[in-house]
Amino acid sequence: MDDLLTEFLTETNESLDVVDCELVKFEQEPNNAKILDNIFRLVHTIKGTCGFLGLPRLEALAHAAETLMGKFRDGVSVTPNAVSLILESLDRIKEILAVLEQMEAEPDGSDNDLIEQLDLLSAGGGTAEQETAEDAPTQDAPTQDAPVEDAPTQEAPTQDAPANAAPDDGDSLKIVERELKPGEVSLDDLERAFQEAEGPELATPGEPEATAPEEAKAEPEPEQKPAAQEPESKQPPAADAGAEKREGSVTSQSIRVNVDTLETLMTTVSELVLTRNQLLEMVRRIEDSEFKVPLQRLSSVTAELQEGVMKTRMQPVGNAWQKLPRIVRDLANELDKKIDLEMIGAETELDRQVLELIKDPLTHMVRNSADHGLETTQGRIDAGKPQTGKITLSAYHEGGHIIIEIVDDGRGLNAEKIKEKALENGIVTQPELDKMTDAQIQKFIFKAGFSTAKEVTSVSGRGVGMDVVRTNIELIGGSVDVTSVEGQGSTFLIKIPLTLAIISALIVEAAGQKFAVPQLSVVELVRAQAESDHRIEVINDTPVLRLRNKLLPLTHMSKMLDLDDVSVKGDASDVAPHEVDAGGEQEVGDDGEAASDQTAPKAPGVPSPRAEIEDGAGFIVVIQVGTQHYGIVVDSVFDTEEIVVKPMSSMLREIDMFSGNTILGDGSVIMIVDPNGIAQAVHGNLTLDSLQNESDDDAALDVTDSVTSLLVFRAGSTEPKAVPLSLVTRLEEIDVATIEPSNGRDLVQYRGKLMPLVYVNDELRHQEEGMQPILVFTDEDRVMGLVVDEIVDIVEEQLRIEVSTELPGVIGSAVVKEQATEILDVGHYLPKAFEDWFRRPESVDMGYAKRILLVDDSSFFRNMLSPVMSAGGYSVTAVDSAAEAIRLCNDGASFDIIVSDIEMPDMDGFGLADALASDSNWSDVPIVALSSHTSPAVIEKARSSSFVDYVGKFDREGLMHVIKDTVDAIGEAA
Amino acid sequence: MSQDTSITDSLDESIVEFVTVRIANQLFGLPIHDVEDVFVPQNITSVPMSSHEVAGVLNLRGRIVTAINMRERLQLEPRAKGEGSMAVGIEYSGESYGLVIDTVGEVLRLKEDGKEPNPSNLKPNWTSVSAGVYQLDGELMVVLDVARVLQIGDKHEQLAGQPMGIAV
Repeated sequence: MDDLLTEFLTETNESLDVVDCELVKFEQEPNNAKILDNIFRLVHTIKGTCGFLGLPRLEALAHAAETLMGKFRDGVSVTPNAVSLILESLDRIKEILAVLEQMEAEPDGSDNDLIEQLDLLSAGGGTAEQETAEDAPTQDAPTQDAPVEDAPTQEAPTQDAPANAAPDDGDSLKIVERELKPGEVSLDDLERAFQEAEGPELATPGEPEATAPEEAKAEPEPEQKPAAQEPESKQPPAADAGAEKREGSVTSQSIRVNVDTLETLMTTVSELVLTRNQLLEMVRRIEDSEFKVPLQRLSSVTAELQEGVMKTRMQPVGNAWQKLPRIVRDLANELDKKIDLEMIGAETELDRQVLELIKDPLTHMVRNSADHGLETTQGRIDAGKPQTGKITLSAYHEGGHIIIEIVDDGRGLNAEKIKEKALENGIVTQPELDKMTDAQIQKFIFKAGFSTAKEVTSVSGRGVGMDVVRTNIELIGGSVDVTSVEGQGSTFLIKIPLTLAIISALIVEAAGQKFAVPQLSVVELVRAQAESDHRIEVINDTPVLRLRNKLLPLTHMSKMLDLDDVSVKGDASDVAPHEVDAGGEQEVGDDGEAASDQTAPKAPGVPSPRAEIEDGAGFIVVIQVGTQHYGIVVDSVFDTEEIVVKPMSSMLREIDMFSGNTILGDGSVIMIVDPNGIAQAVHGNLTLDSLQNESDDDAALDVTDSVTSLLVFRAGSTEPKAVPLSLVTRLEEIDVATIEPSNGRDLVQYRGKLMPLVYVNDELRHQEEGMQPILVFTDEDRVMGLVVDEIVDIVEEQLRIEVSTELPGVIGSAVVKEQATEILDVGHYLPKAFEDWFRRPESVDMGYAKRILLVDDSSFFRNMLSPVMSAGGYSVTAVDSAAEAIRLCNDGASFDIIVSDIEMPDMDGFGLADALASDSNWSDVPIVALSSHTSPAVIEKARSSSFVDYVGKFDREGLMHVIKDTVDAIGEAA
Repeated sequence: MSQDTSITDSLDESIVEFVTVRIANQLFGLPIHDVEDVFVPQNITSVPMSSHEVAGVLNLRGRIVTAINMRERLQLEPRAKGEGSMAVGIEYSGESYGLVIDTVGEVLRLKEDGKEPNPSNLKPNWTSVSAGVYQLDGELMVVLDVARVLQIGDKHEQLAGQPMGIAV
């Protein structure tokens, strides 16, 4: 009994949520037999199960509701009133279920009030509707008790709604007729066509508005007034209906798995990933290990497993939206507004943990839009807008993120009102306000205790405002932003990570301790040096950096985290000798690799972190949180690692500076810095300047699509040289004394291995003593140091090679920061370090650079993959859409290979492949499919269409393999 | 109820087993069902901004363990340089903790009712973590209440013991 009941409760609750949604949809589309069937079936199941389990109260209520719906199915017209009544019955069923869950028995009480009404409507049939058709249902609908009184009240006509609705409806009908006449399609034909169509998504997309009222008129009961259906009628979004259908087909093939099972699986896989990382780290140190091949296999299997398990946790974002149509409908009734909620991209998937966490903020924001955002019907008429306000909710993937947009066409944010309120609350001063743009002022709505609602309604404005929303979203590493045009509406943009479990993090070091900074928040890295343009300057003890003519507020990680204090604490406790204390007794031995890892780069680089900071030098990690930018000064920057985020113990959770901890490949534990926490702590130090920079910085960021980060340095001649930063693994300074000449080459001990050094050219001045800066390049287990004179800067520029050159090792010259700069060809230097570098299987060996066209809608992947391919010796052109690729094709551009993403808006990869296959220009060019989904079905589909191969997006090595194989194939064919 | 509460072979339910540990020469007992394992704390990563009692976090066979410096927790003198340390692994409300102590001793089986309440003059910072005292041969053993030992960061607790821990 217990098990049965539990299952019944789970299932019924799920069904009820669906019914809620469907009913609202049904109300708008009363003639959609499919929706009705669906609802009918669900309620019928509930009724049946209740009877089976002996739950008479539920059974009776469900039965009455079912009977009424049966009448609808038989052709009785649907009124908002009747739908409200059914919704109310469902609410009652939910109440009973809630008690049932706690007490394992139905609560006492009677539902005769509802049942009577339901019966009355069912029995009344045509006549009952006719009368209800004339009344204003919107009035009674939302409140629980109002219609309970007795049925006749409903039939008593009230004035408001019909007055509004009827003429409106008449208008739209007339319009419809006028539109239809020229087309010479009779109403009956339309109706027939509509009913023969398989689903709502097949209705002619152009004319959904036209068909909706049409059906109403063609109803079997001609005397019934279509007006009754119209007041609330909204046009069904086609996309939504489509999503619905897809969901439906998925559920039939799915099984229920306990969430705990999934969580355990996820944890186990995380452990596996960590163990694999450890193994990789160990094997990396051994030359020619027999473990290498099986380990590589293990590594890829682990990656697949990880992806698979992650997928089990993915759920469509629509699950978080399920309740919204109902909420909006009730709100519309309560506030006497007309609201059309459109939902796009409900099938977009994200981690269920993330989904749970955004549910409430999303609901809150939609409520907010409905309540504060949209004007009253009268207000909209006065403003010359359509009576029905529109809220559009859409979700889509972008890079490793999900973007959710909430757009309303309401009154927009009133900057004046916000100013007043901000002044009143003491958030800003008048002079500060005067300097701010409207966009900056609008962002105040995310501040705590900020609600401009004139009065507190039951809906919103209860003090918990957008700041809570912002906090909740930021908690999961997301951000929220608003843009608004007064009088035209507001757009809220929420950006959230796909998953919280595994993130990419930049490992940095401050005061001898390593920390992980989530890569998502890192905008760029800047090396500040005392003598260079980029040096840390101080205004009244507040450090700032001049970055592209803007002042970037800085904070020192060691100060931020009281790291000096920590080392004191460590000494005192002596159980934690830490990395800080290199002389700590037991640690040196235990630490092994970790200790040398930490000391190696630091020791030669800087004698003391403090001294360095005072020198105005250091590495600056530029962080973006929401729209705020700031820099964290650290002592050194290591590489990026994929880390498995583990929650901190509850004892440490109150420290805002960290979001979790993780185990690195070398087995050491590392704290993950929370950029939001730091931003809040910095906030006091962040001056208004930073706020003002925001909008400009945003603009700058928008164009990063087409820019490349370049590392600018000097070597030999005075003119600067540059390499793409993405190719550089690390920047180091080595003590010249440690360089060991061997066999005609210079070597240096680096992280426990010998690293060959290569000089950019002969003119380079070999320093006799002191520190020599080097750029470290890594390719799997090979490391090479490129010796340079001075590292100048890291800049983001559009890389346009303007003058090509014959000089070996130089790709050409480009203008970087208004200076002619030589762009070095790293590929030239690699063989100097390892003669066999290019003889290895994955290397590319060919006469000229093959041209690759990369098609991907995500700027993230374009930025990530282009350098990888360039590094492989290819010439890469990246475009952001299939349309753009086709345009290039038509323009006569030519490429050797096309690498295309599968999932793209408008035209996807399959579409592109088909289009190109039929085009004579490019029909011979091999196309490699690229996708974040690696399900066998997709791979199969890709292989069977005109793609030559299929690679997962994150499998960089696999991609390079495939490209090479494809190139080789072309070579052989030619 | 003699002082000699050492091993009796009775299967009486009132027998409790304790893992004994030594912190700054004082003997403590931890109920054995609270103790997961005993290990040598290695490679501890300190956690900035944490309470002074938190020694840091460490990797114990793939789990991240929060290490508590018991000398700090009990407001004792810090260990002298070169003195080794041990840790007792504890699973508490689903999280892993390690209590860093000086040495681990034997397991004692003691009668439940041999335990005496805390002496009234015991300092409040100790009474807050002590669940009572056993009179053993030659010395006293303070029973540690693991749940309360791990109540770090609780403001009331902090008030009881002035932060003399950071005496450096």
